[in-house]
Amino acid sequence: MKNLKSLVSRGSELVHGATQLTHLGQATERLRGLPRFTEKLKSSSLSPFKPLQLEIFQINLGKMCNQTCRHCHVDAGPDRREIMTRETMQLCLDVLQNLPVKTVDLTGGAPEMNPNFRWFVEEITRQGKTVIDRCNLTILLAHEKYRDLPEFFARHRVKVVSSLPYYQKGFTDRQRGDGVFERSIRALKMLNEVGYGKEGTSLELDLVFNPNGAFLPAAQASLQNDFKRELKQLFDIEFNQLYAITNMPISRFLEYLVTSGNLEAYMEKLVQSYNPAAAPGVMCRNTLSISWDGKIFDCDFNQMLDLAVGCAKSRHLSQFNLAELSEREIQVDQHCFGCTAGSGSSCGGTLT
Amino acid sequence: MSKSYYQPEDLKKFPQITEFSEKLGNKFFDYYSEVFAEGALTAREKSLIALAVAHAVQCAYCIDAYTTDTLEKGCNEQQMMEAVHVAAAIRGGSTLVHSVQMMNKAKEISM
Repeated sequence: MKNLKSLVSRGSELVHGATQLTHLGQATERLRGLPRFTEKLKSSSLSPFKPLQLEIFQINLGKMCNQTCRHCHVDAGPDRREIMTRETMQLCLDVLQNLPVKTVDLTGGAPEMNPNFRWFVEEITRQGKTVIDRCNLTILLAHEKYRDLPEFFARHRVKVVSSLPYYQKGFTDRQRGDGVFERSIRALKMLNEVGYGKEGTSLELDLVFNPNGAFLPAAQASLQNDFKRELKQLFDIEFNQLYAITNMPISRFLEYLVTSGNLEAYMEKLVQSYNPAAAPGVMCRNTLSISWDGKIFDCDFNQMLDLAVGCAKSRHLSQFNLAELSEREIQVDQHCFGCTAGSGSSCGGTLT
Repeated sequence: MSKSYYQPEDLKKFPQITEFSEKLGNKFFDYYSEVFAEGALTAREKSLIALAVAHAVQCAYCIDAYTTDTLEKGCNEQQMMEAVHVAAAIRGGSTLVHSVQMMNKAKEISM
C-alpha cells in the first residue's frame, strides 16, 4: 500500500459529514431508490429510536495515529493534530464520577499517543471502572516510550482490543499499511508475554476483524476458530475473543467505495442485509460517544459525521445531563445500515 | 446499456425466474438454500466447491456470486485459487484421460 494521507490533508470534499451523507443517500439514482434507514426502523417498531440504559462511555482521545489505514472511519493519521486536552479529560472524569457506567472505552486515532493517556487511565480505574483500550498494536513498537505499555495495561487491568484484519500479511498490509502485519505480530507477542490473552490471567486481549473490501464479514465464531488456530500454529499467539465488524461506509472507506466503483453495490448489500433482530441491540442505544473536544454524540460514527446528538441542552460535557440525554432520539441516516447488516455490528462484534 | 449476453445487473434478477414458472422456480430455490446450509460439510466448504464448479461450468454470474460469498465466509485468496485449480485439474484431467481412448483407437487402426 502506498503511503496514504488523511482526507483532511488532501483537501477532500469527503471531510464534511454532510457531504458524506449526501453521497450515501443521494449520489445516484440507485442510491436514491434504496429504502431509508428510518423506514426500516419503523417497520421494526423501533421508531422513535430511543436509547436504553447507558452502559458504555466511549471517549475518542484524538485523531492522531501512527497508521493511516485505508478503511479508517476517523480519517486518523500522523498528520492529524486534534487530541483531547487534560482539561477535557478532567471534564470526562467529573461526569463519569456520577455515572453508573462500568466501562470506559478509549479510542482514537491511537489513544496512547495522547500525552495524558496514562494519567487518564489511572484516574478512570481509580473510580472502579474498567478501561478498554482500542490499540492498533503497532503503537507498542512506534517509539521507545510506548514499549512498557503492556506492563502498564496489565497493572491497571485494562482490556485491550486490537485490530487485526487477518492472520496473514496480505490482507492486513493492504488495509493497514506496509509492514503492519509483522509489527502487529510482534506487539501481540509483547502482550502475551505479560499474560494478555493467556488462560488464567484474566488479562483480556480481544481482536477485531473487518473485511478487506466491499463485502460483509464472515460468521464471528467461525472466524474466531480460524484466527485462534492459525495464530497459535504460525506464531504461538493467544487471544480471548474475536469481534467481527462491518466496514462503515463513511470517511476513508467511503472514499475507497467511491473510487473503486463499489459504493452502490455495497449500499445495496447493506440495505438488503438489514436484520431486524440486530437493530434493537445496536451500540448507540447503550453507549455515549465523546469527541476529542468534549462534544457528546450517539456513537463514534455519528461523531465523525458531525451528527450532533438530538439533545440541544446537553451537547457538550460541560452541560452533561443524563436525564435529558436518556430522553433523546438517536440520530440515524443511511450509514446506520452498516450496524444492522447480516449478524449486526458493533464495537463489541456481532449482535445476533 | 451495451448489448451483451451477460449483464452484471441480471444476477440480482435471478429470483425472478419464478415469473415464468412459479412452482418449479420455488422448488429450485428451496432446494438451493437447503443444499448450501450447514450440514455434513460446512457452509464455507460448500461455498468453495461452488466457486470451483462456477469456474468449471464457466458461469460468469456464479463466479461473481461465489467470489463474494467465499470472501464473506472468511476464505482467503490462496484458498479460493486452490479451489479453482481443483476445477482446472479435473477439467485438464478429464481431457487427458480421454487420450487413452485416442491411444486405443490409434493402436487399433495402426500397424
